[in-house]
Amino acid sequence: MFAYIVRRVLYAIPILIGVNLLTFVLFFVVNSPDDMARMHLGMRRVTPQAIELWKAQHGYDKPLLYNAKAQGLDRITQTIFFQKSASLFAFRFGRSDSGRDIGYDIRQRMWPSLAIAVPSFVIGLFVYVSFALLLTFFRRTYLDLSGVVLCVVLMSISALFYVIAGQYLVGKVLRLVPISGYDTGLHAFKFVALPVAIGVLGGLGAQTRWYRTLFLEEMGKDFVRTARAKGLPERLVMFRHVLKNGMVPILTGAVVILPLLFMGSLILESFFGIPGLGSYTIDAIHRQDFSIVRAMVFLGSVLYIIGLILTDISYTLVDPRIRLS
Amino acid sequence: MMFKPVVLWTDALVYLLIAALVAFGFYVSRREQLRERWGHVIRNRLAVASLVVLVAYVAVGLLDSVHFRPALPHTPGEQQTHYSSQILSLLDVVLAPLRTAEERTYSAPFAAYSYVKETVSGPGGKDIRKYPRLEYGGRQLSDPATQRIPDILRRTAWGVGEGLVLAVLLGAGVCAWRGWRGGTGFRQAAGEVLGGRTEVPWRVALLTAAAVLVLITVSVNLAPWYHIFGTDKVGEDVYYQTLKSIRTGLVIGTLTTLVMLPFAIMLGIMAGYFRGWVDDVIQYVYTTLNSIPGVLLIAAAVLMLQVYIANHPDLFDTNAQRADLRLLGLCMILGVTNWTGLCRLLRGEALKLAESDYVQAARAFGVGDFPIMVRHIVPNVMHIVLISVVLDFSGLVLAEAVLSYVGVGVDPTMNSWGNMINRARLEMARDPMVWWSLLAAFVFMVGLVLAANLFSDAVRDAFDPHLHER
Repeated sequence: MFAYIVRRVLYAIPILIGVNLLTFVLFFVVNSPDDMARMHLGMRRVTPQAIELWKAQHGYDKPLLYNAKAQGLDRITQTIFFQKSASLFAFRFGRSDSGRDIGYDIRQRMWPSLAIAVPSFVIGLFVYVSFALLLTFFRRTYLDLSGVVLCVVLMSISALFYVIAGQYLVGKVLRLVPISGYDTGLHAFKFVALPVAIGVLGGLGAQTRWYRTLFLEEMGKDFVRTARAKGLPERLVMFRHVLKNGMVPILTGAVVILPLLFMGSLILESFFGIPGLGSYTIDAIHRQDFSIVRAMVFLGSVLYIIGLILTDISYTLVDPRIRLS
Repeated sequence: MMFKPVVLWTDALVYLLIAALVAFGFYVSRREQLRERWGHVIRNRLAVASLVVLVAYVAVGLLDSVHFRPALPHTPGEQQTHYSSQILSLLDVVLAPLRTAEERTYSAPFAAYSYVKETVSGPGGKDIRKYPRLEYGGRQLSDPATQRIPDILRRTAWGVGEGLVLAVLLGAGVCAWRGWRGGTGFRQAAGEVLGGRTEVPWRVALLTAAAVLVLITVSVNLAPWYHIFGTDKVGEDVYYQTLKSIRTGLVIGTLTTLVMLPFAIMLGIMAGYFRGWVDDVIQYVYTTLNSIPGVLLIAAAVLMLQVYIANHPDLFDTNAQRADLRLLGLCMILGVTNWTGLCRLLRGEALKLAESDYVQAARAFGVGDFPIMVRHIVPNVMHIVLISVVLDFSGLVLAEAVLSYVGVGVDPTMNSWGNMINRARLEMARDPMVWWSLLAAFVFMVGLVLAANLFSDAVRDAFDPHLHER
């Protein structure tokens, strides 16, 4: 098991290099370091000296990928790509193009993101599973049918509508919570409640249907038939056998997105003006701040890979038949 | 020449897609077991109803995919004809009364007066502020206050009547055709269709078609005289915008999967069939792509595309061509982020199939790797491809809206539901609120996505072997 994890972590390194290379190439195909300097200096007439100075200050004064002038290993290391990527692997994100410390920003903005993402995730999982269990219990009745129809309709509505309608109804008409904004500590509750509710509602259709399918699949298995045959009431069959076995794919499926909760939600955060990582990313995209985008891409990839490894481990924990090799 | 035909990039791909669909139809009709599977889909009542709705959407989208540049009026003494820089489609011609009926600014649905007060010089040279009459909306009325509602009701009733007549004619046509083909005569065929006793649920199909036809005829009766969904900030008809957005949604939903489909199929099957280092490389590529957060990858690529387009203005004759290239670029980028899931599924299936008896037998007979893949593996994974294409469609239509909101979607000048919602966000904050753009985008988007979801469910139920075992 330990050797397996070590191998997986080592395998992550070429993937992360690939991720970096891809974002790097995508960005610099169209944007030369000179363009970046001109944009950030923000003046119509920029002297070549000013551009050179900006590039030297921000570390863009080297060749992009291959340094033909250098000797030996320096040909690879004395390049923008290597210099900018190497520090990422040590989680030193450096400074953004506008001069702020990215690592500090990420640590600050992580908490609002988590304040939205974790409750949405936990409440969502609970709501979806209970709803799906309810539909499975009343399978092949009109309750089940109308529930499934409701799910399909809900999943046909764009998330944007939920946000706009929620802000309008709860924020503007009923005036229960502020429309947008954020506060620290306990005051955060009134800002967080609506985004969380909308986040949960937005996933209701697709997730419930998916869990319902999982439960129905368990329903058709032999041990359920045996349990019924020995006279177990349907209620106990549901909770003791179907739910317990159905939780295996549900939990392992949830583990993969667990680390990504850090990244926050782009739509919710930007609509509700929450200073989290999602809105941080959108702002960086709009400002074309490459350092932040690169840092966020790297962070996202790392978290995704951690999620994959955690999934594998959780499989072995809940299902003793699976051995990692 | 009165016009000069223009084939945009996405148009060409749409035509290609139609050709591929026709070829696929032929292929299916020649194969017993595929025909049987599609028979399952077509016997499903919900699937048939949603198919009718989808056909209506596709018809609008296709009309909007035939583009041309109209000739400018001749200046005397000049030999050469000049063409307008504005690209029109057949849909624009059909909707000409809507396209040209531009007001000055916002107006509510079915309004005869503007939504915004304006200063007009009244009698005696005094300036008064009032809601001015609209130039086009309700222009036939002499006194909107008393005539407007009766006029709307009269036109609606007229539209409903026309739609029902058309629906009855269509139904009679279907019954006559069934009676003639089955040799039972019109009377019995009509009885079967009306009683819902046909194998293919014709009654459901005809009822849905009737509803769609009524909606069309009602809007045909009303739209030239009123703005059904009001007008936007610059006075453009919102109903026209949302109809034009249909093509954008359909293009994103279909072309995205189509552009990357050959890649996904080829790489997925190769990884599963050859294993070894080929498998390692392909797995590395898709794990890398997968581990980049999707929105960031799309954003980076779209920004790149934007800069490219801005730096090469000479490549495009018209604005529409520029917007079209961006749409195609967006499809490709979405495709790049989307193909990995299908590729992984195909790899797993190919791994299994490569061990199957018939592939082993083919190998023993000395059939080459490539013919084995084409002849034995590809046809046996097509159901996975089909299911994933139809399931992806609705998600992509929804994704367009989100991406346009983030600012990395289609060109801001292009009509799309995402752009409409994005603009509507600011309008919702106005007081009094402007809600009709949002409503129009909502209604048409939900219609398309819901129909697509229901249809894709039916397709999945019919083609997924796992579901059949139970």
